[in-house]
Amino acid sequence: MNEKEILLEVRHLHKDYGNGPVLKDISLEVHKGEVVVIIGPSGCGKSTLLRCMNGLEPIQSGEILLDGKVITDSKTKWSEIRQKIGMVFQSYDLFPHMTVMDNILLGPMKAQGRAKKEVTQEAETLLSRVGLLEKRDAYPRQLSGGQKQRVAIVRALIMKPEIMLFDEVTAALDPEMVREVLDVMLELAREGSTMMIVTHEMQFARAVADRIVFLDEGLIAESDTPENFFTQPRTDRAKRFLNTFIFTK
Amino acid sequence: MLDEKMIMMIINGIGETLYMTLLPTFLGYVIGMPLGILLTVTDKDGIRPNAVIYKVIDFISNIFRSIPFLILLIMLIPLTRLIVGKSYGSNAMIVSLTIAAAPYIARMVESSLKEVDHGVIEAAQSMGASNWTIVTKVLLTEARTSLIVNATIVTATILGYSAMAGTVGADGLGAIAVRYGYNRYQFDVMLVTVVILVLLVQIMQGIGMMLAWKFDRRRTS
Repeated sequence: MNEKEILLEVRHLHKDYGNGPVLKDISLEVHKGEVVVIIGPSGCGKSTLLRCMNGLEPIQSGEILLDGKVITDSKTKWSEIRQKIGMVFQSYDLFPHMTVMDNILLGPMKAQGRAKKEVTQEAETLLSRVGLLEKRDAYPRQLSGGQKQRVAIVRALIMKPEIMLFDEVTAALDPEMVREVLDVMLELAREGSTMMIVTHEMQFARAVADRIVFLDEGLIAESDTPENFFTQPRTDRAKRFLNTFIFTK
Repeated sequence: MLDEKMIMMIINGIGETLYMTLLPTFLGYVIGMPLGILLTVTDKDGIRPNAVIYKVIDFISNIFRSIPFLILLIMLIPLTRLIVGKSYGSNAMIVSLTIAAAPYIARMVESSLKEVDHGVIEAAQSMGASNWTIVTKVLLTEARTSLIVNATIVTATILGYSAMAGTVGADGLGAIAVRYGYNRYQFDVMLVTVVILVLLVQIMQGIGMMLAWKFDRRRTS
């Protein structure tokens, strides 16, 4: 991994919602093609960290760099940066009054000014890849949770982002629909997409990650390969966290 | 009694009432819609917070909405005279009705737009959509059902205002009801106008609800 260039870099990031710090001195690098999975107990700041990456949350100090350029100063045009950073949310957040196709076309046509014909073709290709081409004219209410989330992934992918952020994308899904979404993400990882994933699916984290970042109380407690992290965690906090996923009678 | 002359007068009254209702509602939206959008966008949770703009619009719209319509009508007589040239008749009332409607509409539009799920707005932001795109393609599109329902309520309210304006020199059904029912004790005429007013509101309500239903893509049937 070290021979690859750094795509996204976080330096000494501090985030505070006004009632105590949420993230304290976070520094991390994401290389091109790398899959970084962020795990940790609820309220440790995982989602906040992702939301800081594309400016949905303002930060108090520190900086974030994309392709070596600082994106957290006041001159940042977030509408341009965000086209390079795709994001998928826990609650899908599809536009309820638009068809699947219109949901997907809004970004490339309105933000990127691309031609409808070209993007439509691309959208069809992506939709058939996630097995939803026949749903192109359906409205979100006609889709299952897993289908909505796959559409949301396509909606982010069609912008051709340099990095994709996944914020607990399976947390709201029924168990039997988790798989279909995770499979899409695994395939993206295999193709070499750069991804930052926040998840509670430990098996999936282990399978998809190049690196696990364990966040606890706003700090990076561990950052290691999945193999090392899941077999021999170094901190007590991580050991205790991993133990919560083990059941014995 | 209800002779032919009277019926003609009532039919004319319906036309005048519709004119005094629909035109001010339309003009009220021309002014109130952008203000409502501004209120939503500049609010502290909006996509482009601006405390100064928000507070100015908020203050003005609250003042106008606090003044009872009949008092506002009287206060606006000089302005009406300036614009229309006289202070009575349907055209004069259009001015006052529009001014009464606009701040009310701004509030209604604001409340509709604020119903749009914040997550959906963030999704649009996360794909790099400009604020203009978010307003036109996300906020207005996603709030359309609520906007239509509220437009129905606004229209019925303005219809009520236009009848009230009948007491101070407007034409229309309200004026007929006041003239015959209150001044001449012809209760049958008053009753007919009231029934027609009720029917008009019912029809508007029906059209509004039908449109709202037609444009709702979230419904399951």
